[in-house]
Amino acid sequence: MGALTLGRAALIGAAIGLLLAPWHGLENGALAAWPRGEASPLLALLLDGSRWWLWPVAALLAAVAPALLRGRAPGLLMMVAGAGIVAWIFLMGHAIGLNGLAWKGLAPLLGAPPPQPSLGWGALMVLAGGVALFSAGLAARGSFGADAFVSFLVCGSAFLLILFVFVPLVTILSAAIYEGDRFAPDALAARLTAPEAWSLACVTTHAGCGVVWNTLLLATLTGVISTLLGLGFALLAVRGNVRGAVAFRAMTILPLITPPFVVSLALIVLFGRTGIVTGFLWENFDIPRSRWIYGLPGVLLAQVLAQAPVAFMLLDGALRAISPSLEEAASTMGARRFKVFRSVTWPLLKPALAAAFLLGFVESLADFGNPLVLGGDFDVLSTRIFFAIAGARHDPGRAAALALLLLALTFGAFAFQAWWLGKRRYTTVTGKGDSGLPAPLPKGLKLGCSLVVWPWMAFTAVVYGIILVGGFVRDIGRGDMTFTWRHFLTGFEVEWHNGVDFRGSAWDSLFTTIEVAAIAAPLTAGLGILLAWLIARQSFKGRGTLEFMTMLSFAIPGTVVGVSYVMAFNVPPVELTGTALILIICFVFRNLPVGVRGGLAALAQIDKSLDEASATMGGGALSTLRRVVLPLLRPAIVASLAFSFVHAMTAVSAVIFLVSAQHNLATVYIVGRVEAGEMALAIAYSTVLIVIMLVVVLGIEKLVGRAQIGRRAATPTTMHAGA
Amino acid sequence: MSDVSITFDRVTKAFGAFRAVDEVSFALPRGALVTLLGPSGCGKTTTLRLVAGLELPTGGRIEIEGKDVTALAAAERKIAMVFQSYALFPHMNVLENVSYGLLVNGARKASAESEALAMLKTLGLDGLGQRLPSELSGGQQQRVAVARALVLRPKVLLFDEPLSNLDARLRRRVREDIRDLQKKLDLSVVYVTHDQQEALAVSDLVCVMRAGKIAQMGTPNALYEDPADAFIADFMGEANVIQGEVLGPNRIALGGIALDTVMRAHPPGAAQIAVRPESILLQPEGSPGLPGRIQRAAFLGQTREYEIQTPAGELFVVTPAASPAFAPGDAVSCAMQRVIPLRPAA
Repeated sequence: MGALTLGRAALIGAAIGLLLAPWHGLENGALAAWPRGEASPLLALLLDGSRWWLWPVAALLAAVAPALLRGRAPGLLMMVAGAGIVAWIFLMGHAIGLNGLAWKGLAPLLGAPPPQPSLGWGALMVLAGGVALFSAGLAARGSFGADAFVSFLVCGSAFLLILFVFVPLVTILSAAIYEGDRFAPDALAARLTAPEAWSLACVTTHAGCGVVWNTLLLATLTGVISTLLGLGFALLAVRGNVRGAVAFRAMTILPLITPPFVVSLALIVLFGRTGIVTGFLWENFDIPRSRWIYGLPGVLLAQVLAQAPVAFMLLDGALRAISPSLEEAASTMGARRFKVFRSVTWPLLKPALAAAFLLGFVESLADFGNPLVLGGDFDVLSTRIFFAIAGARHDPGRAAALALLLLALTFGAFAFQAWWLGKRRYTTVTGKGDSGLPAPLPKGLKLGCSLVVWPWMAFTAVVYGIILVGGFVRDIGRGDMTFTWRHFLTGFEVEWHNGVDFRGSAWDSLFTTIEVAAIAAPLTAGLGILLAWLIARQSFKGRGTLEFMTMLSFAIPGTVVGVSYVMAFNVPPVELTGTALILIICFVFRNLPVGVRGGLAALAQIDKSLDEASATMGGGALSTLRRVVLPLLRPAIVASLAFSFVHAMTAVSAVIFLVSAQHNLATVYIVGRVEAGEMALAIAYSTVLIVIMLVVVLGIEKLVGRAQIGRRAATPTTMHAGA
Repeated sequence: MSDVSITFDRVTKAFGAFRAVDEVSFALPRGALVTLLGPSGCGKTTTLRLVAGLELPTGGRIEIEGKDVTALAAAERKIAMVFQSYALFPHMNVLENVSYGLLVNGARKASAESEALAMLKTLGLDGLGQRLPSELSGGQQQRVAVARALVLRPKVLLFDEPLSNLDARLRRRVREDIRDLQKKLDLSVVYVTHDQQEALAVSDLVCVMRAGKIAQMGTPNALYEDPADAFIADFMGEANVIQGEVLGPNRIALGGIALDTVMRAHPPGAAQIAVRPESILLQPEGSPGLPGRIQRAAFLGQTREYEIQTPAGELFVVTPAASPAFAPGDAVSCAMQRVIPLRPAA
């Protein structure tokens, strides 16, 4: 695509945004008044003088129009105009807010302007036009291989990433450093070093420790225990010669399709004060009922249940990748079984062990659902942040400071991982043909693994069994196992008179969840694959920065994202809180890194010369992408679709800040049921979610995934002669 | 219309501080097959990619058939390229691969397919249209790649080491096919290879590159017989490069012994002298020539190879199998039938 084409498209888009679409407000209801009142386009607002400070936008647009209409593409002018339009709209949007002038220092210049509400569709179109003009300008000046399409993709995604990843982070930082309206670095320092965070009281007294220590302790324990469990599973599965390996692998799917806190529900049913096990122990052994599960032990148990299968997956892969010939080499040199394990296998596993630990560590830091449901008095950073915003004492400054602490811990963990992996490389250097038999486990080790692994399997089975059964019996918490549909009826009752009437209390949140997930998933997959393609296949200045910004949101814990979105998008110029749109945006940018990584991995498998061949035959970036790259990326797209859908259905940490009465989500609704003590309904709803996810994931795979193997799957491909 | 297909005017491509192509200028004639030859890392592939538009130069000017294409993207250059890996689209069948270029350039599906079918027929691939690339042999894949490029009727056809994925027997046939096709269709072809035999066999012109610059350009014969310097002499086939002295026209001294020979004009004085292994005639001791003793002898079927210790240094000699055989230890006389006095390397 040439710069002129893009420039003209930008001009048309911006002109429609300026002349026709309502400038303010994204709410659907306001459209009724168009083109007057709340739904006025900018042109009307400019002419009646109520937005006189936006004249420069129209002027900049008018400045580039003549050249573009006459068929010229002036690079510098388009860049200046595009950047100017975007910058000016945001500058004025911040300077003049809902209460008139927000930046008091500008009073001599701007006087006392009328209030300016949030930007709407019109503004969106003009902004998009501005970004497109800027990209067209860049392309016209020879950047991005003179390809305006690539230029637009890069600039557009950079704009979105800045707006929805970078700006919220900056907002949270500034919220932490302000006390009300006062700039107060001392307040930030005080908040960051508060005893609330760092107290060591628990070492000497019965008082609780600082929340940072709690978080670190929990994360470390979760990381260590789930890694060890995962290792036990992996050793048995790969080297133990046991039949259970298939069951182990099946188990690894569970945490992927379970909302993160559902395990907590089962634990409460088992070990709560009125739990099944608790009751059994009380009746038979006179062990008193207690609330031990609420606190560190419970949260830890829940997190390990979720993380151990993930650790298993990682270590299983690593263990398989160790070439048996290495171990055979060691044993031909006279090493005994245990010596072989200790001197060859174990050192080669170290990087994977570190990766598994760090993943468990980071996931525990980010986990919000389990500490919320099971934490009791044991607060971690993520829950404390939540209560600082949603609790009795609304204190955004404190929430922001705590969020910064959590962010620092997470980044610290990732930085440590990067440093550690960078320092040592244990790639097994091999040529071809890794034959040989893997060394069997030393006997003692095998016995030790079995003693841990099988009881844990049984425990996992019981926990998920509870979730499976819990929704269908009258009151699983009290051991009343009479079959009933009651809980499903409460949640999902449907009546027919004059059409369908969804009377169940869960329908609203379920519909919203599915709608949001179904909209977010293709957006995530699409944007993720596009970004991966740009990063892997196009060379341009700032590519590294773009990649970093994409991956950034992966490292930000959900709670921090939630808080930062609330702070950044609660007031004009971009006011999104309370809409379904903010939920979608949140999901898209949170799940984006996974799509990008999947895309990058898949692109690494596709020879770059395919793109180049298409280019030499006259295929521009757009045709190459559409006809060559995307068809070959199909499996990655499917995976990314499934992943983002499932994550949008199960996420709770970020969105709990963003839901509203009108747009509630299933997970948040379930958490609410738990807090109200309606355990069975919560479990029933969780079951429904799990089933939906299974159906959708398998369905996506069937529909899209199979097609890729293609129409000629049946033909035997035996003719590899020559070459 | 001009009879120049590609012009490079002081073209430079730098990657950071490294100059892969360093102020290269040339003008390639239309309808000729030009090979870019050189050791790996010499800039030949980068030069080809600059022609294709897959790399944009950091300096200089490129023209194709008189049109400045320096800043044009690959898609807009009206060239076609056959890749080393062939780069056939694995998700499209042969027919779809060959009609791809026509379709993205706006042709209608029916006409694109009929043109593609005709091209497949030209290349002896009829009947394979519905196959996937993975179902073809290496030679067939190669021909599909050529068909895919030719169907676009490019101004210039580019080959990037097209034979490197074929086995030795097939290589010779395919390179002859390429040459025939080029002559039949009067194509302007640029062809990258690191194999000097291949270059000699197919080219109208050979352009030898070294360290981002053109070392020498000329017909295969000229490069072989009249190399500019020791690098070219050694790169274009094997050569013994020895220190000697030019005494006058067709008279040199090697190892202190004056010899008659045939050579290009060269001012008298000390010089490096290149001698091709096959231009040394071995005769029994006592005949006129440079005396020597056989160190090693090998019989290769069509030829015999010798390593010979002489006063001028060790010589590598190839003789026809039909010539008389010598054994290690034999004393011989080496007559220099033809030598190449070298100008000092620039």
